[in-house]
Amino acid sequence: MKTSFQRFIEKFVEGLLFLSGTITSFAVILIVLFLFKEGWGLFNETPVEKGSVIALNKSNPVQELTAQQIKNIFDRKITNWKEVGGNKDSIIVFSVNDISNYYSDAELGDSLQFVPQRISELMGKKTGIIAFFPTEYISKNFQGRILAMKKVTLTGFIKDKEWFPTAQPAAQLGILPLILGTLWVSLVAILIALPFGLATAVYIAEIADARVGKILKPVIELLAGIPSVVYGFFGLIVIVPLVQKTFNLPVGETGLSGSLVLAIMALPTIITISEDAIRNTPRAMKEASLALGATHWQTIYKVIVPYSISGISAATILGIGRAMGETMAVLMVTGNAAIIPHSILVPMRTIPATIAAELGESAHGGLHYKALFALGCVLFVMTLVINLTVDLISARRKYSK
Amino acid sequence: MMDSGKIHRRKQASQNFVFTLFTLMSASIVLVLFVILGFIVIRGLPAISWDFLTKMPEDGMTKGGIYPAIIGTFCLMLGSMIFAFPIGIMSGIYVHEYTKDGILKRFMKAMTNNLAGIPSIVFGLFGMSLFVNDLHFGDSILAGSLTLGLLVLPVVIRTTEESLKAIDNSFRVGSYALGATKLQTIRKVVLPMSLPNIITGLILSIGRISGETAPILFTVAAYFLPKLPHSIFDQVMALPYHLYVISTSGTNIVESRKMAYGTALVLVLIVLILNLLANVLRRYFGKKVKMN
Repeated sequence: MKTSFQRFIEKFVEGLLFLSGTITSFAVILIVLFLFKEGWGLFNETPVEKGSVIALNKSNPVQELTAQQIKNIFDRKITNWKEVGGNKDSIIVFSVNDISNYYSDAELGDSLQFVPQRISELMGKKTGIIAFFPTEYISKNFQGRILAMKKVTLTGFIKDKEWFPTAQPAAQLGILPLILGTLWVSLVAILIALPFGLATAVYIAEIADARVGKILKPVIELLAGIPSVVYGFFGLIVIVPLVQKTFNLPVGETGLSGSLVLAIMALPTIITISEDAIRNTPRAMKEASLALGATHWQTIYKVIVPYSISGISAATILGIGRAMGETMAVLMVTGNAAIIPHSILVPMRTIPATIAAELGESAHGGLHYKALFALGCVLFVMTLVINLTVDLISARRKYSK
Repeated sequence: MMDSGKIHRRKQASQNFVFTLFTLMSASIVLVLFVILGFIVIRGLPAISWDFLTKMPEDGMTKGGIYPAIIGTFCLMLGSMIFAFPIGIMSGIYVHEYTKDGILKRFMKAMTNNLAGIPSIVFGLFGMSLFVNDLHFGDSILAGSLTLGLLVLPVVIRTTEESLKAIDNSFRVGSYALGATKLQTIRKVVLPMSLPNIITGLILSIGRISGETAPILFTVAAYFLPKLPHSIFDQVMALPYHLYVISTSGTNIVESRKMAYGTALVLVLIVLILNLLANVLRRYFGKKVKMN
């Protein structure tokens, strides 16, 4: 007999369980919300950090400069205004510290109270000047023209080739080298891991005794259980010198070192998922093939592997996803140079490694901080695409059955 | 007849070749594991002593021990277990026992999959943004445990689901036939039967928590803090972060290498012991269930 109290308890517990059931959805939504809230802010910022300005002489016709042009001007790689669409006039680079080259201490005042006024004077006098200084030094009737900076754009963020977010006066926010680094390292890792992973999956599912399989299972579990930082440490001490010696390189911290470490780490994912797929092949199909006189090996590669190919591709794609998101091991062995890689034997830098290495140094809410969150968004989208692809593949597999 | 015999022999030979190759490739994976473990055990053992495990780090982390990092890691493991286990198990029970096949179930499963696929560093970003900054927990055990708990939640949910799936439906039907309610059936029949599998899965997930670094980088881990935490709002050192620090950015990398080997060994030992425990439990319960 159910009492009403019992019925209440039943409903109450069900409600509680339902609430717990919603937690993952809630978590995913929160993560997306927070990630994009912080990351999207980047596109409301200019590459010049708040609190500083870039100013030109009033007669200078140049209306806007890209972050890259500003960097090249301040690095003295661009020396004439003609190169950026202005008059033929050589560029005079000026930052606050240079003020003593133009004025004596007396002219600047005892407590530097005349600095704003002097900067303003200088801006009016020199036609080719470009100045970078804090906003507090803008005087009342400023004689220069403050350069209006364009906001950071999404296309620039993804397409630009230089990542130097702490550059002064203009941050270089191009993540192309990071995206390419991430792809290189993880794709090569899968290329290395795939033959071994598949061979082992076939071995466990088809060839080995049940007893041997029982030994291999915990081995693979353990391989999956070893912390990534331990893999990184092992890579740093064993794989990095090995790569350096084998290929006779100036440094061993290269993309290949990262790929090798990631290949070991991706093995458990590839093995377990493809093994499952291989085991799911209907017995009737296998036996029909054997009955027709095919050997076991012919059955494996003509019947079993084609049948389980969607599961195997899901395993591969998932392995790539894991490799792309892996942080610590990669951070420790790839050398972290933010340059566009042309071979696997140069130092590379991945997206997660960049976030891990730089977030600690960036000021909360600043340009760099937002750029790293935007980088997190890019990584999130990349892995989301991969997960959805896997979902699609496995859904289709169920459907076709 | 001669011809078919030849073909048969050739087929057999190529099969033997491929099978040997596959066996060797599988063996090479076992070899890789043993090389990694052997390397860390052999280099790490000389570093381990009672002092190493119970003393504070000294001299720019080149001398002394890793006591605070061990304690910190245990705090984080405990904290994330408290958060993730009850909610994860309850969520798993709801998805498997209460939802019917349909949109709700598919949606919940898809979300769990998505959460599992998010890279650990993104959890770190999220934890920093929500727990550390917006909720003002600061760099603390609380913020770190919540972040790690969230990371391990999908593992707990899936483990629970898989274990519940393994229970034959006839047990549930039998229980209903005796007049038990749904809740009674779950509490008295389904859960006790699936508990061994759930526990085994949970033990493996604890190992995962102990080694994660990226999520704690910005939520709790301290570079150097030679004292023990007093409350959940304190920062702590943690083993994986400590290993990262002393192997890449310590003041004296050569001197601290020995400490690094020792730390790596302690980390690996935690994972090894947990894996061993899980396997022993699996065997033990496996036998027990069969005997019944």
